[in-house]
Amino acid sequence: MPTPKKGARLGGSPAHQRLIVSNLATALFEHGRITTTEAKARVLRPVAEKLITKAKKGDLHNRRQVVSTIRDKGVVHTLFEDIAPRYAERPGGYTRITKIGPRKGDNAPMAVIELVTEDYTPKAKSDKPASKTAAAPAAADTVEETPAAEAEETPAAEGTETEVVEAEATDEAPADEAAADEAPAEEAAADEDENKSE
Amino acid sequence: MAVPKRKMSRSNTRHRRSQWKASAPSLVSCANPACGAKHLPHRACPECGQYGARADRRQVL
Repeated sequence: MPTPKKGARLGGSPAHQRLIVSNLATALFEHGRITTTEAKARVLRPVAEKLITKAKKGDLHNRRQVVSTIRDKGVVHTLFEDIAPRYAERPGGYTRITKIGPRKGDNAPMAVIELVTEDYTPKAKSDKPASKTAAAPAAADTVEETPAAEAEETPAAEGTETEVVEAEATDEAPADEAAADEAPAEEAAADEDENKSE
Repeated sequence: MAVPKRKMSRSNTRHRRSQWKASAPSLVSCANPACGAKHLPHRACPECGQYGARADRRQVL
């Protein structure tokens, strides 16, 4: 099997990997959310998002390209008629992966991959100065929420952290996801501090 | 074919096996105030099924 450019190899052959991914994509568009292993979710994500991008264009050529991946015509119809219009304004980032811990039986790390259902609210412009100003209020929020965690961190560390968060946010549209990934760690630190103070 | 020259002593075997240790995972408290259970960081809480910061949680499971 040829080495993929990115991500895990699924199945035993390129044909098997294509079948697995297309079946996963079909199930995702049929049900809106599927629970699968983390590796499969990570392979599926770019494929599914490219299919949605094709569906947003919506012409016959794109439809034929999507049908070559998703063989179920009913699912293709829902993708083009229901799912694609939902994401008319959203510039990418149509899916979200949430890790849910290891599976009982083989301890495989599992994840939920779902179509984002929230309405798209554009963030501030991704210019450098604008992103700095956007980062500042976010940092202020974390200060308010977790004063104990903030006290421990040096200002330099805080600066780099917010920059990293902002870089992730500008990379992809679902910035809330990047923030959500970042937030539990801070929450955890805050909780530990609370425990210590008690 | 390569074969061991000496019998592995029980001492060596037991020294080696004494290094097979498990370590406790670092856990975080669930952000859901109603739940507060300990769970793995950056995973949805298996107790209540929520994921996210205290202000921005969503039901995953």
